[in-house]
Amino acid sequence: MKKINPRDVYGETLVKLGEQNPNIVVLDADLSKSTKTYKFGERFPDRFFNMGIAEANMVSVAAGLASCGKIVFASTFAVFVPGKTYDQIRMSVAYSNMNVKLFCTHAGINVGKDGFSHQMIEDIALMRVLPNMKVFAPSDPYQAGRVAELMAEHYGPMYARVSREPMYQIYERDVLEEMEIGKSIKVREGDDITLLAHGLMLHECILAARDLEKRGISAEVIDIWSIKPLNENEIIKSVRKTGRVITVEEHSIIGGAGSAVAELIAEKGINAKFKRMGIMDVFSESGDPRDLFEKYGISKEHIVKNSMEMCSD
Amino acid sequence: MKKHVHDNELVRKLNLIATRMRKKIIEMLYRAKSGHPGGCLSAIDAIVALYFHHMRHDPKNPKDSNRDRFILSKGHAAPALYAVLAECGYFDKKELLRLREINSILQGHPANTLTPGVEVSTGSLGQGLSFAVGVALAGKLDKKDYRVYVLIGDGEAEEGQIWEAAASASHYRLDNLIAMLDRNRLQIDGTTEEIYGLEPIVERWESFGWNVLEIDGHDMKQILDALDKACSFKNGKPTMIIMNTIKGKGVSFMENNLKFHGIAPNEEEYKMAMKELEELERKLEGKK
Repeated sequence: MKKINPRDVYGETLVKLGEQNPNIVVLDADLSKSTKTYKFGERFPDRFFNMGIAEANMVSVAAGLASCGKIVFASTFAVFVPGKTYDQIRMSVAYSNMNVKLFCTHAGINVGKDGFSHQMIEDIALMRVLPNMKVFAPSDPYQAGRVAELMAEHYGPMYARVSREPMYQIYERDVLEEMEIGKSIKVREGDDITLLAHGLMLHECILAARDLEKRGISAEVIDIWSIKPLNENEIIKSVRKTGRVITVEEHSIIGGAGSAVAELIAEKGINAKFKRMGIMDVFSESGDPRDLFEKYGISKEHIVKNSMEMCSD
Repeated sequence: MKKHVHDNELVRKLNLIATRMRKKIIEMLYRAKSGHPGGCLSAIDAIVALYFHHMRHDPKNPKDSNRDRFILSKGHAAPALYAVLAECGYFDKKELLRLREINSILQGHPANTLTPGVEVSTGSLGQGLSFAVGVALAGKLDKKDYRVYVLIGDGEAEEGQIWEAAASASHYRLDNLIAMLDRNRLQIDGTTEEIYGLEPIVERWESFGWNVLEIDGHDMKQILDALDKACSFKNGKPTMIIMNTIKGKGVSFMENNLKFHGIAPNEEEYKMAMKELEELERKLEGKK
């Protein structure tokens, strides 16, 4: 498997979308070289606006453009959008139901050495509570491009987050082509435990499932890239089968996809063992991404350990 | 460029509409038992000038892509906008009396998803000017000749986002953007100069790369002339019209009275206000 930067795929996808649809407009806040929106800017300078280091303005400007029929992608680091701009997203985008696509990069602790100030672990919680807002966290670099395509195809406010770190390619083209908003992807069949993950954590779960297999535990791995709407049916089906579920994400354990799954299985009255893995309500720190995954308890080893514990009784 | 002759008859007609809108605002707020009379009454003359004379718009086709846009950034003046939209025919006037009620199309602050003619939801201050920048950018991109008008409060200009928007509007040379600042000098906790200090307001906007006009925001002729002048600039800059206004204008006991920022008139106040406005209305009608 090769590692590819999801941001590069996003930037190339924007160019493709721009060629297909003259209404695609892209905004960035002085990070276009990192988010890779500069690729769109080079190809379509008239439809690319660098809004400077002024994220609040960028989000409301995006809404204004959208009100005139534009499909507006606005990108920067996740720590700034939604981090600095919750109110603008709430009023100008979500409540006003504008066709704005917030596609943000550098989400999660894999940002690494810049430290907590730049590691966004609350964005899913912030965006998930907004009515009208859809929330995606692709787990494969090409899937990130496919998510951008789906965002352009469907009307409404949407938020997507991708990592700074490159991702392993997990999917073949046909899998990506079948993707739909609100669907998940079953990556691996299993009977003993269900592992639900998005972003970089999906690959950790795949590695963990292989380890678990050697220890006699059959893990089902499901990519919940569409966090809102969530594929309730597939999750319920899997959890009913295995009776055990662990969610893994590069996000606070409070309010993220783990919380969404907890709400789902509690309300459906499903009797299952359940654990959320994520950042345990603490501030993370500077460091190498792998070391951070290890220290903050979301590496493959932790997934194996937690799964073994859950399956031991 | 459209050229208008702002003769006395036009000014009288618009002043009469503004007076009737003031009555409507007072009635709406009295019935709703809540809302913001002061900022509605300071802003209404400008909104009347825009909708009943200056702007290109069609209530029968509120989504016309060539329409001029009006964005009420100071969303708490929603009743002023609603009164005007209803009078223009964007929706049934009966709706006005259901302001702030459950299941109403008229929310306490503007909601574009519920009210025909409202461009965007506002109410959390500071966002409308940025939204207007987006609409103006789209106009440039699509080579359309519509203009974007946005009304912001003077207290609202304490929000940092206003200045982000101001900088971006001049950076992108949005001469199709005209902002109006309702300079009534009062905000909830006191005068603007006590609370946060907005002066020198003309120089501030000029230094952000805007054309700045300063007028009496209750003098209909000055409003119309300023709007025409704003449309005539050929220097690539957005234009700010600083409108010196009086909070609560038109109802003597509400004028410059902080109490009426966010409190609706009681029955006695309602009757007194209506009496004053009806007298003014008769005077303006009598000049026919």
